[in-house]
Amino acid sequence: MLETKDILETINMIDNEHLDVRTITMGISLLDCIDDDIDKACTKVYDKICRSAKDLVKTGEDIQKEYGIPIIHKRISVTPIGMVAAPCQSKNVVKFAYALDKAAKQLGVNFIGGYSALVQKGFASGDYALIESIPQALSETEFVCSSVNIGSTKAGINMDAVKMMGKIVKQTAEITADRDCIGAAKLVVFCNAPEDNPFMAGAFHGVGEADTVINVGVSGPGVVRAALAKGGAGKDITEIADMVKKTAFKITRMGQLVAKEASKRLCVPFGIVDLSLAPTPAVGDSVAYILEEMGLEVCGCHGTTAALALLNDAVKKGGVMASSHVGGLSGAFIPVSEDAGMIHAAENGYLDITKLESMTAVCSVGLDMIVVPGDITPEVISAIIADEAAIGMVNTKTTAVRLIPAIGKMSGEVLNFGGLLGKGPVMPIRKGSPEVFINRGGRIPAPLQALKN
Amino acid sequence: MKAIITVIGKDSIGILAKVSDACASADVNIVEVTQSVLQDMFAMVMLVEIDKSNIGFDQLRESLNAVGESTNTKIHIMHEDIFNSMHKI
Repeated sequence: MLETKDILETINMIDNEHLDVRTITMGISLLDCIDDDIDKACTKVYDKICRSAKDLVKTGEDIQKEYGIPIIHKRISVTPIGMVAAPCQSKNVVKFAYALDKAAKQLGVNFIGGYSALVQKGFASGDYALIESIPQALSETEFVCSSVNIGSTKAGINMDAVKMMGKIVKQTAEITADRDCIGAAKLVVFCNAPEDNPFMAGAFHGVGEADTVINVGVSGPGVVRAALAKGGAGKDITEIADMVKKTAFKITRMGQLVAKEASKRLCVPFGIVDLSLAPTPAVGDSVAYILEEMGLEVCGCHGTTAALALLNDAVKKGGVMASSHVGGLSGAFIPVSEDAGMIHAAENGYLDITKLESMTAVCSVGLDMIVVPGDITPEVISAIIADEAAIGMVNTKTTAVRLIPAIGKMSGEVLNFGGLLGKGPVMPIRKGSPEVFINRGGRIPAPLQALKN
Repeated sequence: MKAIITVIGKDSIGILAKVSDACASADVNIVEVTQSVLQDMFAMVMLVEIDKSNIGFDQLRESLNAVGESTNTKIHIMHEDIFNSMHKI
């Protein structure tokens, strides 16, 4: 028989500490939907998604009821549409976004990712048109998420794509300015994008993946914080790291169980568990609060990068033994607007974009959900993307940029998305123009780290 | 399939009887029970066999929730595997 204290611990994690499975994401390959007639291709895309994922939401709900574990999101990722659209030679690529949106609505999932292009080394047929259509696609659809991979350790950084993405991010915010610039919150610019990421907005289904696959993203910053609050007083850093590891192990075991069960019930292969601490704006479900529990007065003060590095590493070490396959982003997320502690730190001037940039060197993603002044130029957005991509490229890790230019707002004001996307204060950016650097175009050569063969 | 029922709340007369009654009327067999009362707080854990249950899992949960409301306790029923996977290697 199980120990009563263990059972009560699990119940307490769910009831009081926000333990949940953040997402069950079904990856669906659309390679067999390719057609040179765009309308036929879109019909095939819609049909295949609806066929493959018809039981996804119900299965997620059934597992939630039986196991008593909240499963917050049921989502879908698809093959980067840039590839699917390649033979269409159509300027009207946005039709694919409508097909994805319609399928998402039909199935009841809350996001569908993969309106994407992989252009780290150059633009293939279809990529350019897809990227150009992103602002319209994100403005005219509700559930579609988009991502563009502009660099990798192996390929270097495609500075033509970086330049282009500065404009696209700005345009996406402008075209959705009447809805708190929400379009930009659904657009991620990656370096070293993982092909099995279950988390939005950057999820897509890589070409090396099986036809369909189930990936699960776990969560649980609240549980880690509570464990440190209960047992962390007077402990040294090694003991703190051990406590995080043990907690991450438990959280991930639950994710693994849900992933295997979902895979079995849906008859779809299990892909990976993504070991991420994904915060929500709910009080207590914050990565920043974990760092503060470790002994920082406020997230953003000196010492934050070291504390985050420790947390990120301990989460991986604890989680990796708990799951048979680990992948995706796996680490701690630091989306500013989605984390109550980060919002507080940013509003009170403790956390700025430069500190966040250094934090991204040691955690799993990048500059995420950061609201910047509406008058930011496309070149500055491009330069922020280039900086972040350089960190990812050199450190052989994923980095991403999800900036939201708050059109019509200046630093000090707030953009409020509501729900899980939260709210973010407009953060000041650094002075000086990178315009000439960005307008050069070309490609930053791959670093020596790429030459491992 | 085995499930774990947990009952947490302020101790009062008849909690065990009412939960057992709800199980019996659903043809749910109680395999094992442990309970502890710490100060005024009552915590009971039951391992139950639900394969022969005459109602669905959802209905069983609802009937236990009703017992929870009448006894002013919080009652959960969850698949046993969730605890096994979290606490056993």
